[in-house]
Amino acid sequence: MINIDKIRAAFPILSRKVNGQDLVYFDNGATTQKPQAVIDAESNYYANENANVHRGVHFLSGLATDKFEETRNTIQAFIGAKHSPEIIFTKGTTDSINLVANGFRTLLNKGDEVIISELEHHSNIVPWQMCCQQSGATLKVIPLLDDGSLDMIEFDNLLSENTKLVAVSHISNALGTINDIETIIAKSHKIGAQVLIDGAQAASHIALDMQKLDADFYCFSAHKMFGPTGVGVLYGTEESLNALPPYQGGGEMIKEVSFEKTTYACLPHKFEAGTPNIAGVIAFKAAIDFITDLGVENIAKYEDELLQYATSEILKIEGVKIYGTAKHKSAILSFNIEGLHPYDIGMIVDKLGVAIRTGHHCTQPIMKKFNIPGTARISLAVYNTKQEIDICMKAIKKAKLMLS
Amino acid sequence: MSTIQNIQEELIEDFEMFDDWMQKYEYLIDLGKELSPIDAKHKTEDNLIAGCQSRVWLHAEKQDGKIIYTADSDAIMTKGIIAILIRVLSDQKAEDIISADLGFIDKIGLKEQLSATRANGLVSMIKKIKLYALAFSK
Repeated sequence: MINIDKIRAAFPILSRKVNGQDLVYFDNGATTQKPQAVIDAESNYYANENANVHRGVHFLSGLATDKFEETRNTIQAFIGAKHSPEIIFTKGTTDSINLVANGFRTLLNKGDEVIISELEHHSNIVPWQMCCQQSGATLKVIPLLDDGSLDMIEFDNLLSENTKLVAVSHISNALGTINDIETIIAKSHKIGAQVLIDGAQAASHIALDMQKLDADFYCFSAHKMFGPTGVGVLYGTEESLNALPPYQGGGEMIKEVSFEKTTYACLPHKFEAGTPNIAGVIAFKAAIDFITDLGVENIAKYEDELLQYATSEILKIEGVKIYGTAKHKSAILSFNIEGLHPYDIGMIVDKLGVAIRTGHHCTQPIMKKFNIPGTARISLAVYNTKQEIDICMKAIKKAKLMLS
Repeated sequence: MSTIQNIQEELIEDFEMFDDWMQKYEYLIDLGKELSPIDAKHKTEDNLIAGCQSRVWLHAEKQDGKIIYTADSDAIMTKGIIAILIRVLSDQKAEDIISADLGFIDKIGLKEQLSATRANGLVSMIKKIKLYALAFSK
């Protein structure tokens, strides 16, 4: 069960005012707010535990290393990974994808194919374009259907013996569609292709089990799941990560260095060159604990109720069109109002204390597909309420009145 | 013929009458709606102003020694903002536009009404207006 008052009390920012109004924060797809436990963990590290990890013999270095590795173990359990070294710390989802795409530059050859989809965030498009440009591989795109789901028949047609990698998102950040990644993974593996899942929008909304899911790579960001910015995860199976060449060179990632030949460290250190965001990683554990205490299934159920309520309420406003009407959706409601620009709506509701996102959401191909400049997007988190949805709807109606 | 300075003072007086942001926004929306349409042939890629979340086209012509600006945007608030700039800077001499000190923007609280990204859009608009004037002055 979700105790909403208790949850909201954990987030100090939710009690602040914006433009003289109570804050209604509906931009969780961009980043979520942070509970006090995460803020405390980050500042406590600097106040009491600060030292570099994986080096010194002294007490503090040992403490920081233990806590840093504790987060890795917590994430391993949270996503059901088989081994803890399969968890690589990065700067965020974008960094995780770039790490893999960079490695594939040397693994792919002319004639090989990479499949992405039309609903990807730019960060799951551009790294693959760069990878294909340099390796000579070809990029293929699974088209989008009108309801915002992927054309799985066309996906079958695109798959071939040339397919080496399929990179798709778990949940669309612009439309909220939950993609059928189980099928995508199974079919890709059948023909011997590897699969990378961009889980940025999924990790705090859907229960994850890497061993059951069987993805080769899965990426997500701490800051979209109540954790600090600048921390992300690349999960990869031991086999896939071992086959991937290192991304950045430096300290920590080496076994032995000489001018003739350098050998690389084992997982996970091979991909963690340089001093990591230690404070962020340590604080990330507090965010995972927060999610685990609530239960991801409980969060998903509560958010589904909110999404259904928001969807039915917004459809009461004349001229509203929702983008993304697939059967399986999560926490994201993208819309436009006939005759109005999303930017105008966003500007006015902001003055009424409601934070929504407007624009192309870093998914220009989706906007092109629907022939729109952008959408207004409500993206929900577990601390949001139906009362907040009511306030948001009132603000949207007010905006419509002012703009019409 | 009003000078750039006179028009700015009029605008400051207009905005002093407004009690809250909503009246300012409504005024901007009205200005946007009233803005004379740009000739469709001038809504080109070249005339798009970079740095705005919505699309803004700005065109300039020289007539009788003065620069005439026309503009359009797909967002009405943005159109209102460019309409204000046009009211102040259009139909003026190039050298006056280039040297204009646009103090009214701070005085009417326009920047405060806009978030940082939108304020960047405003800066881009002013820059493009001045660049046109500079091009015509040569």
